[in-house]
Amino acid sequence: MNKALLTFILAVFAGGNVASSYADELVVYSARKEYLIKPLFDAYTAKTGIPIKYITGKAGALLERLKAEGSRTPADLFITVDAGNLWKAAEEGVLQPVESATLKANVPTHLHDPENRWFGLSVRARTIVYNKKKVSPSDLSNYTSLGDSKWKGRLLLRTSKKVYNQSLVASLIAEKGEATAEKVVASWIANLPVEPFSSDTKALEAVIAGVGDVTVVNTYYFGRLLKKDPEIPLAIFWPDQGGSGVHMNVSGAGVTRHSKRRDQAVKLLEWLSTAEAQETFASLNLEYPVNSTVKSDPLVASWGEFKGNPMNVARYGKYQAQAIKLMDRVGYK
Amino acid sequence: MLIAIVVATPVLVVLGSFLAPEADIWQHLADNVLGGLILNTLKLLFCVIPLTAVLGISMGWLTAGCEYPGRRFFSWALVLPFAIPPYVFAFVYLGIFDFSGPVQGVIRDVFPAIGFIDIRNTAGVSLILSLAFYPYVYLMSRSAFLSQGPSTMEAARTLGQSPVGAFFRVALPMARPWVAAGLLLVAMETLADFGAVAIFNYDTFTTAIYKAWFGMFSLNAALQLSSILVVFVLTVLVLEQRFRQRLRFHETGAVSAPDRRLKLTGVSKWLAFTASLTLFLLAFALPCSQLGLWAWNSLNVDALRHLEHALNTLLLGMVTAVVTTAIAIVIAYSKSSNPGPVMRWASRLATLGYALPGTVLAVGVFIPAAWLDNRLLNTLGELTGIKAEIFIQGSLGLLIVAYAIRFMAAGFGSVDSAMQRITPSIVEAARSMGTRGTALLKRIYLPMTRTGVFTAAIFVLVDVMKEMPITLMMRPFNWDTLAVKIFEYTSEGEWELAALPAVGLILTGLLPVLLLTQRSESIK
Repeated sequence: MNKALLTFILAVFAGGNVASSYADELVVYSARKEYLIKPLFDAYTAKTGIPIKYITGKAGALLERLKAEGSRTPADLFITVDAGNLWKAAEEGVLQPVESATLKANVPTHLHDPENRWFGLSVRARTIVYNKKKVSPSDLSNYTSLGDSKWKGRLLLRTSKKVYNQSLVASLIAEKGEATAEKVVASWIANLPVEPFSSDTKALEAVIAGVGDVTVVNTYYFGRLLKKDPEIPLAIFWPDQGGSGVHMNVSGAGVTRHSKRRDQAVKLLEWLSTAEAQETFASLNLEYPVNSTVKSDPLVASWGEFKGNPMNVARYGKYQAQAIKLMDRVGYK
Repeated sequence: MLIAIVVATPVLVVLGSFLAPEADIWQHLADNVLGGLILNTLKLLFCVIPLTAVLGISMGWLTAGCEYPGRRFFSWALVLPFAIPPYVFAFVYLGIFDFSGPVQGVIRDVFPAIGFIDIRNTAGVSLILSLAFYPYVYLMSRSAFLSQGPSTMEAARTLGQSPVGAFFRVALPMARPWVAAGLLLVAMETLADFGAVAIFNYDTFTTAIYKAWFGMFSLNAALQLSSILVVFVLTVLVLEQRFRQRLRFHETGAVSAPDRRLKLTGVSKWLAFTASLTLFLLAFALPCSQLGLWAWNSLNVDALRHLEHALNTLLLGMVTAVVTTAIAIVIAYSKSSNPGPVMRWASRLATLGYALPGTVLAVGVFIPAAWLDNRLLNTLGELTGIKAEIFIQGSLGLLIVAYAIRFMAAGFGSVDSAMQRITPSIVEAARSMGTRGTALLKRIYLPMTRTGVFTAAIFVLVDVMKEMPITLMMRPFNWDTLAVKIFEYTSEGEWELAALPAVGLILTGLLPVLLLTQRSESIK
């Protein structure tokens, strides 16, 4: 009986390594949700015959896991959302540089790490959405002017705890300096009729309900609502078109430093940037493809062309902690 | 003792974070947000604890000690909310009562003057958490009242106490270890909750922990903040035990006679019925109907995959329940057979995992495990020349260890308070007849604590099924659970898609919950 018990315990504890020993298999850690990546992995496996094993989780927790596993990590590729998280992964040394002509050609310079440790794979535009019945687009101009007194009691925001807003404020700091950025954010907060929302969707729904008239969200959240109900009274406004342009963020990936199948991992990363994968990658979540030869989803394309901020997204990470402190100081919850 | 050390490891890792100071982040937090966060957390505690106490004890007493219309139904129906995780409560209630929800829509149409009502405040969050957590107190106090037996109450009545007086002077004080254990679980859950408060964008102490880690990229500062939670809970534990130390809770008479319940009549009968019904509707019927509606709307081909997730969920829960309860019995038994400061402290440390936010605890388990793994494999590699890959990490075993650490408190509280019902004289009598060691455990302790052990196992089982952050970080490949699926959708704000796995989780959770009530009913 004791022998059987021992065998059982060994079997349970050995679960981690049994399956990871196939040479021709890739292991991915992903902070991008399963339903947004699985179709791509399935397609890659169908095309190349290489099985892909993955685990999804929160970016911070996956990064700690990579660090703790060190040189023994089974992971070959790390996929995450938000440039700040990618920046942090590179800083922590869990990613390795990849020199690839394909990636250079497919991913614009400002959407990948200057040292090539990670590459953006889809672009999210964080823009202004307004209630068509109450706001004329000519009243809107850029992010900063949402702090104007005419928006008093009319501006809704998502919580500062969400990394998208942290990146937005980080880009303001990078562009205008900390003192100006702090004034801007404080003026936003003064305009809020209610506490910030826990999600972009909740903020959009509150605009529909009439709690406020404008909000700042990633376009795909707007797209999802529109798909459910085309009649919603909301429209997109592209801010700052005469200035730096719309705030951009990415989801992206990098090859892990201790990948045991580096060449295969690079190939998968390259494939994800090709037209074949990009169309699915972006349209699954109504995002924009990084690869400019690929067309957006028809719904996304219907919102029109816009000028995106050309700042390298890697800079957001650097200013993120500063942005959080700034938002704490002005009472942005 | 060894077990207690293993179980306490993550707590020690957390405390060890102070070796590397993070003065900058601390300064910032202290200057700007910490005061408000601590205040918010205390406000929540001061609302949730009394509210769960009132709900849990009154319902526990009504269904265990009284007779009124629907009692049989409510005695198990009021346990059902236990299967609903707090974060599911939060998003369902926000969906119904928020600005854009149907309720406020109707109110605005009928009375436009009322305007917008923000439910995202202390009152709203407290109510949600109380609905989610009262079953702990209900189950514990109910099991106390059931095991009290009628003799003590009768003695009080013959001494001239009214039924109400007898309840407050005798039944309630006698149930104190149970009620205290239940409330302690509620307090720890409230302190560690992140999911529900995040959905309400209500900032508590856990918010600071996650902000320091995920936002400012300092795991160390996050661990240090967590250690404050640990110290706080430790203080409460010590205080509670101090107050209780001189009291005894043994039961003398036989535990039986189910029909000796106090028959409620007239108004009180219907008051009891209305109160039970209201609670049942708010805590179960309403959220479930809304979830059912959403789930129906979002039904798709992917739905079948949730069966696999449900199976994973159930399996993990059952294995962990067995392991954790077994360990809890060992700890409670050694504590009661060697009463001394060493075991007392060991048992306290062993239950602290419950007060840590799940992700933090996961890191506390993962870091030592990875270290051990690397050591082990390096040695193995040097000895045999085999280049082995990771061994312990990412295995089911480690996940179960992490669960056991996290939920030891849930199992231990119930087992420990059940053991307090065993009078020293029974043990002495058994000893004098030559029964010792494991035989004593088998013949005396286990049979006498059956209800408590059973409650403990179900607590752990259901808690594991609802658990999200640890599963997310430590599950092996292809081992998604329902809670993980719920997280994937809710973190994207896709409430309706999250409803399907949520309904699956509740249905899966109902199984053990119903089993629990059946069992405790048949014992009684």
